[in-house]
Amino acid sequence: MAIILDHVNYIYEAGTAMEHAALKDVNLVIPDGQFIGLIGHTGSGKSTLVQLLNGLLAPTSGSVYYNGADIHDSDYNKKELRRKVGLVFQYPEHQLFEIDVFSDVCFGPKNLGLDKKEVELRAYAALKQVGLEDEYFYQSPFDLSGGQKRRAAIAGVLAMKPEVLILDEPTAGLDPKGRDEILDQIKKLQTQMKITVILVSHSMDDVAKYVERIIVMNRGQVMFDDIPKEVFRHYKELETVGLAAPQVTYIMQALKKSGLNVDTDITTIEEAKASILNALGRG
Amino acid sequence: MGIIETRNLAFEYIRRDEEGNVEGITRALDDINLDVKPGDFVAVLGHNGSGKSTLAKHINAILYPTEGAIWVDGKDTAKEENLWDIRQRAGMVFQNPDNQIIGQVVEEDVGFGPENLGVPTKEIWERVEESLKAVGMYEFRKYSPNKLSGGQKQRVSIAGVIAMHPKCIILDEPTAMLDPNGRREVIRAARALNDVEEITIILITHYMEEIIHANKVFVMDKGKVAMEGTPREIFSRVEELKSLRLDVPQVTLLAHELRKSGVAVPEGILTREELVESLKAFY
Amino acid sequence: MLREITLGQYYQTDSVIHRLDPRVKLVTTICYIISLFIVDNVIGYAIAGLFLALVIKLSKVPLKFMVRGMKSIIFLLLIAVVFNLFLTPGEAVVTLWKLRITKEGIRLAGFMAIRLVFLIMGSSVMTLTTTPNNLTDGMESLMGSLKHLKVPVHEIAMMMSIALRFIPILLEETDKIMKAQIARGADFESGNLIKKAKSLVPLLVPLFISAFRRANDLAMAMEARCYRGGEQRTKMKPLVYKKRDGLAYGAVVCYLIICIVFGKILL
Repeated sequence: MAIILDHVNYIYEAGTAMEHAALKDVNLVIPDGQFIGLIGHTGSGKSTLVQLLNGLLAPTSGSVYYNGADIHDSDYNKKELRRKVGLVFQYPEHQLFEIDVFSDVCFGPKNLGLDKKEVELRAYAALKQVGLEDEYFYQSPFDLSGGQKRRAAIAGVLAMKPEVLILDEPTAGLDPKGRDEILDQIKKLQTQMKITVILVSHSMDDVAKYVERIIVMNRGQVMFDDIPKEVFRHYKELETVGLAAPQVTYIMQALKKSGLNVDTDITTIEEAKASILNALGRG
Repeated sequence: MGIIETRNLAFEYIRRDEEGNVEGITRALDDINLDVKPGDFVAVLGHNGSGKSTLAKHINAILYPTEGAIWVDGKDTAKEENLWDIRQRAGMVFQNPDNQIIGQVVEEDVGFGPENLGVPTKEIWERVEESLKAVGMYEFRKYSPNKLSGGQKQRVSIAGVIAMHPKCIILDEPTAMLDPNGRREVIRAARALNDVEEITIILITHYMEEIIHANKVFVMDKGKVAMEGTPREIFSRVEELKSLRLDVPQVTLLAHELRKSGVAVPEGILTREELVESLKAFY
Repeated sequence: MLREITLGQYYQTDSVIHRLDPRVKLVTTICYIISLFIVDNVIGYAIAGLFLALVIKLSKVPLKFMVRGMKSIIFLLLIAVVFNLFLTPGEAVVTLWKLRITKEGIRLAGFMAIRLVFLIMGSSVMTLTTTPNNLTDGMESLMGSLKHLKVPVHEIAMMMSIALRFIPILLEETDKIMKAQIARGADFESGNLIKKAKSLVPLLVPLFISAFRRANDLAMAMEARCYRGGEQRTKMKPLVYKKRDGLAYGAVVCYLIICIVFGKILL
């Protein structure tokens, strides 16, 4: 089943002088198991969009369906929806509050009303999934390093066993290695647990490397929605809205222009390397 | 003597547990020897926890060396009487744009430094105007900082430092919390100050693209300077950087990968153009 | 929800009132509040209303903004009115079971309502036409003489100004943490009082930690910019009285005299 957004509009501070549309007529279908990149510059509507997906915001008009049911029907169980659609906010470590890491991860499943044993099993599994070692479980979350805190916070959402996991810039502020570790872990989760992952990101290089579909938001509207290759083919249009293709795409464009017969639809280093070697007759 | 010079600089702090008992000593900086010349653009790289921010705080006399010494514009930071001179000459911009703006109007914030220095009212206004113009934020002078984007806030913070007429500006991960556009704005502003006003810039970061224009790079690890050289020299050592939890720009990485596959392009390629040029020899 | 708080919000426009020295506005507001407690007849309140209307007109702030500020006190207003209405002894007009509405009660409740409305509106005129920074500058200057009594006037003003700057940031942060915890299944709405209070822990702990982190960062940033208290500090925007400020003080004195004469003594 899937998430479906049907003619969704969202207007902030409707009826005041500050009124502005954050989303305009958004239509999307998000099938199960996809790894999706959601990109757009600050203020493009992507944060509003992810909050609509798990019912934190209600659309001004239009509908959001989860597995065929309208999530804003009065008898729809919102709490159940929030379990199924996990949302990891930007800088999620800022929401940690418990005395130790383990109790903090237990917070989510405990709110679901599960029995103690199940709560602890889930917390343990979630901490393992994000790759946090046992030695940190009973430390104060505030004593961990930045990267570890981030993992603990993500585990807090994973422990709810979501079917869809949305992450709003999960690598912001991390160093390059920390960034790669988190993204690799998310990719692994997505394939192993067959969950849908929506990755909100500013980094085209990251998005190109991991996702299978890209949704580009601009001024509250879906500008592109396609596989990465197709989206980045429109790199000139992306530039007009303050975005860009991955750096390798530009390198390949430049090489092609200089006379080397390489493929320009390339978005990752590995592909670029293969294409160049091929063009040089060394493939 | 350089604008910033350190000799065997070391900094230790004592870790304590909840009861205040000593748990151990962390050597955050260890035997640092730097010599920064006036007008330099220096980049300090390092993963989170490598000691780069601790170093930055020494330059502004927020922290003092445990061993060794540091001189800013010839003044020893360990001497109490030099404190305000040093802070005026070596201005500092921090990571979080929200947590360093004091004024409620842009121009008032920029005036905060000069007010503290006891600059006469008329001259404060002149300094505020010239500083805001230098970072391209003059038209926003009447705005509330809360209405600005992250990149704009950081530019206001830079203006706030320039208004104190420093000889050197230390930017401590100024772009870590910004989107790509904001990052570009801030780096552009820093480069302009270095080119036009010849202010010495010390940029602390872990974004590799930002250091290409530096004329000297220090890579820190475990409180020590692990690598030192021009960006080209540093980026020639891809594997070493990776082992320090860092990476290289994509174009450098691609060149490195091609080299590994037997295409003899030089190491340390920094731009697209360089790669195109050096590949021309092969077809 | 949290963003709807308009109290203390500045309305940007250019008017005579906006240009007045903040000290004048502070003194006027205090005088106005005093006048509301001096007068106790219809003419007095009419004068106060007229004065307020004139100032609002001059300030060019749309009446809508003033009225919006009233929303937050409507509950308080109702309580005050109801209490006065039913609990004032005197000649009964309506009797409902054991409750009696008296003539005196109606009169008192009416005055109380008017007084409260004028009071809130009067102070919002000040906050709507003065930037918070200007306001703290004004307070610092007015309380200047307290410095000799070792009252840390500059520090108090600086603290207020910083607090005002961080209120919107912390409100936004509250909103964000709340949403993040709701996404983890937290429930801030249902349950009894104890359960509700307990449910605030996941909100308050991160909020306090964040506030301390911000305070720490800010203190460091201020020190890095050579802040060392009020000594030898110069001002970018020093307060200087202009002719219009003198005229305004004159007008306030006239208003007070008229109030006392017509609202208190004469009738």
